[in-house]
Amino acid sequence: MSETVTQDERRTDERPSDAAGDGTAGAHPAIAVRPGFQDAASSANTEKVFELRGISVFYADVPAVRDISMDVFKNHVTALIGPSGCGKSTLIRCLNRMNDLIPTARVEGELLYHGQDLYGPRVDPIQVRKLIGMVFQKPNPFPKSIYDNIAFGPKVLGMDGDMDEIVERALRSAALWDEVKDRLNENAYGMSGGQQQRLCIARCIAVQPDVILMDEPCSALDPISTGKIEDLMAELKREFSIVIVTHNMQQAARVSDRTAFLMVELDADEKHRWGRIVEYDQTEKIFTNPSDSRTEDYVTGKVG
Amino acid sequence: MASGLEPKTARAEMAMAGARGVTSEMMSKQPRKDVIRNTIFGSILLLTIAVALAGLGLLIGKNLVDGASRLNLDLITHNNSSNPEEAGLRNGLIGTLWIMFFVVVMLVPLGVGAAIFLEEYGNRSSRLIRLIEVNIQNLAAVPSIIYGLLGLAFIARAPLDLGYVVITASMTLTLLVLPVVILASREAIRAVPASIREGSMALGATKWQTIRRQVLPASVPGIVTGVILALSRAIGETAPLIPLGAATFLTFTPGPFTEFTAMPITVFTWVKQPQPEFQTLAAAGVLFMIAVLVVMNSFAIWLRNRYEQSW
Repeated sequence: MSETVTQDERRTDERPSDAAGDGTAGAHPAIAVRPGFQDAASSANTEKVFELRGISVFYADVPAVRDISMDVFKNHVTALIGPSGCGKSTLIRCLNRMNDLIPTARVEGELLYHGQDLYGPRVDPIQVRKLIGMVFQKPNPFPKSIYDNIAFGPKVLGMDGDMDEIVERALRSAALWDEVKDRLNENAYGMSGGQQQRLCIARCIAVQPDVILMDEPCSALDPISTGKIEDLMAELKREFSIVIVTHNMQQAARVSDRTAFLMVELDADEKHRWGRIVEYDQTEKIFTNPSDSRTEDYVTGKVG
Repeated sequence: MASGLEPKTARAEMAMAGARGVTSEMMSKQPRKDVIRNTIFGSILLLTIAVALAGLGLLIGKNLVDGASRLNLDLITHNNSSNPEEAGLRNGLIGTLWIMFFVVVMLVPLGVGAAIFLEEYGNRSSRLIRLIEVNIQNLAAVPSIIYGLLGLAFIARAPLDLGYVVITASMTLTLLVLPVVILASREAIRAVPASIREGSMALGATKWQTIRRQVLPASVPGIVTGVILALSRAIGETAPLIPLGAATFLTFTPGPFTEFTAMPITVFTWVKQPQPEFQTLAAAGVLFMIAVLVVMNSFAIWLRNRYEQSW
């Protein structure tokens, strides 16, 4: 573990350019900044978790995203926003090699995770997914008890330690413990949608990942549940790095430190369409003073 | 509640009443043609069910009338015998139980294994897999006597040369109902949504861990239902057992490794006898077998409704 860290620091030193960012310092009053978010400590962290260099993803030779280059920083919440079909989900699923499960999917370009090539020949996608967890759009608890939902990951990974403790810690981290501590043996399908999604987050935390990927985690939830998950993200980013895909621009503005805006591009004869990154910067800058007019049109609601 | 919407004047009241009348008229009127068509179509469908049920009703009714006098505990506590007053289904029943025991032992791993392979590992677009799929469906429709001849040629005689014993019957019946279990298990496995597999894989579980700990437990109700339905078919099969030398008049109780008889075989031999007492006994035997099948199938349905996961 410590080895990885030193390696990272070295890498960061080599390439400091992106790390500092060029966001304007003064926050725009129109953007609601939650306390705890976008705090100096986490925004200043310049350790890179992911470095994407010219990533393109194809499904059966049809491009879904093209030429994506961006850095994802440690203990940041990094948001991917953009209109439907711009490849946000495709992109996030590259980061823990979930695209490997689709036989026709192909990833090109270089994707470094703590400086290591994530698609290198000796990398086992199973090991990757242990380190990089994922929360999906629709809550997908297992058809088991709440307890077994959490215990499943640690069990199959052969983690040591008292299982009751692991379960409790995970549920507490997901701010779910007080709601479910008296019904741990009940089926997870009896929970509300918001609780189910927090259970999925707890399930993910239980295997102690390094990064949590969230693919539109709140799109199936009501505003109160959404608020709880957003609060949770503020807590979780102290320990984990989070990448979130969201349709909801306000959500990106509320929870993320950095935001990438993707857009759909068409080829000359309009046969194929794919996503491409338009702008990637500090969230404040994206929402208050974007460099690209297309970003401005999107975040101000003129298009999309 | 609707106070703001109540009409304030007599005119408004009348206009509102008129509007309501028109609305209810429009909504209640169904074109005459539609009514006639619906009635005709509904009647035809009802008739098809009636024909199916009438067959079953006739079978049960006739056998009840014929066999009621022998429908008592003696039917299953007496061994078969050449004396119709003494004869019973006991050794046939025990033979069937032994056969079914070995069928289950072979059927479940083979059927579930094949289903897992086809659903989780087989490449849907590969020709070989498609050929296998089509063949499994065809096998489910092959006449059962063909399986009897297959069992005779390959299991009872060389190359396996096991002889005319319980295990031979079990292997033959397993082959016969295997397609049913494979199809039902595939159905159950396919019903487990992809999101469950993704959720498991995203935690770092391997493919086999995902199948073993998520997919299979979630599909157990469907698989068990399929196995019970397959067994209920196997229990009733007579034809494939005849070439395998199902002893017509076994006087001893069959064990796991002996020669065998089975319930349908026993009933079949009774029907062939000239004495009318045997006909009565056969009717009672038929009723007992129907009862067994009804219980098994009801259990399968109950199991499915009780434990099937709705996603």
